[in-house]
Amino acid sequence: MVTLHFHIRFQSVIRLIFPLFLLTSWSISLSAQSAQVVKVDVLKELIEKSSDQIQVINFWATWCGPCVKEMPLFEKIHETRDDVHVSLVSVDLDLDPNPAKVHKFVERKKLKSTVYILNETDPNVWIDVIEKKWQGAIPATLIVNTQTGKRRFVDKELHEGDLEKLIEEVKAD
Amino acid sequence: MTRVLTMLAVVTILVAAAPMKQGYDIGDTVADFKLKNVDGKKVALADFKSAKGFIVIFDCNTCPVSKAYNERIIALHKKYASQGFPVLAINPNDPEVSAGDSFEKMVDYARKKGYEFPYLVDETQEVAKAFGATNTPHVFVLTKELKVAYIGSIDNSRDESKITKKFVEEAVDALLKGQEVPTPKTKALGCTIKWKNA
Repeated sequence: MVTLHFHIRFQSVIRLIFPLFLLTSWSISLSAQSAQVVKVDVLKELIEKSSDQIQVINFWATWCGPCVKEMPLFEKIHETRDDVHVSLVSVDLDLDPNPAKVHKFVERKKLKSTVYILNETDPNVWIDVIEKKWQGAIPATLIVNTQTGKRRFVDKELHEGDLEKLIEEVKAD
Repeated sequence: MTRVLTMLAVVTILVAAAPMKQGYDIGDTVADFKLKNVDGKKVALADFKSAKGFIVIFDCNTCPVSKAYNERIIALHKKYASQGFPVLAINPNDPEVSAGDSFEKMVDYARKKGYEFPYLVDETQEVAKAFGATNTPHVFVLTKELKVAYIGSIDNSRDESKITKKFVEEAVDALLKGQEVPTPKTKALGCTIKWKNA
């Protein structure tokens, strides 16, 4: 009797704990995500493939002050807008071929947007794939409505409200 | 009357929406400028009577890419000033946005690094805009006639051990021999110019 009672209690405890455990591991996986190392074709597909979401693609580097400063604006859009997909593309590998730094940064800042590490070494090749008029200044951000092809490109630091405005511009007919 | 007003509105919108010219392209003639140097004196391209051309570099004190290229910029001037192609560095960064780029800090930086070339402040950012400079370091090689012969980066690697193309040297060498510049336009990652907040 005592054993049975204990067994039932044990089971109910497990029943209680297990979902909690699941929930915790799930939220840990949500809190920071790992950055994926990609070639420029992955970004080309993001820009060109028709999607229900507006694509916001930001180019940054760990050593770039204004990039780090404007990053919360992108995270806010990622967290609050279902109609927008945010990609944060680290272009460090060109200049500093040590992806560990980027991974650490992503963890420390608990970035939740999709983070890519662009593994391309010749800007004379890959920059034009993103935007012809881009001379290579970072931060840079591309906002694309893949259904209409409407796009905005900004090669300077964004401030509060700028992103929302640019997203509306590419959504407008 | 309404129609006239509508027309006027349409024209205004069209004019406002017309894309601004994105700076100079290869072959364009640049307008001379007069900017304050770190020694307090104003400098213009026309002051260099015996120059065969110029290596104009939009640069700054603070950008990590600029810092990585600093010694290479000094070396460019050492190699080419005597051959008639001096370096002219221009800092367009707004000190309100980037405190480390104030005129005083520029003076310190030029002294510390032993700059033998002008380090000019583009206070209004008008020169950077006219050139279409967007990042630092951003190089424009000009001919004696002030025609743009090269736009882009100094070479193809921030890491000096991995350089395979010295774009600016190739451009200046070609001009000195009266030849075509082999690669007139290149792109490289750099820090955005710290524009004044609108």
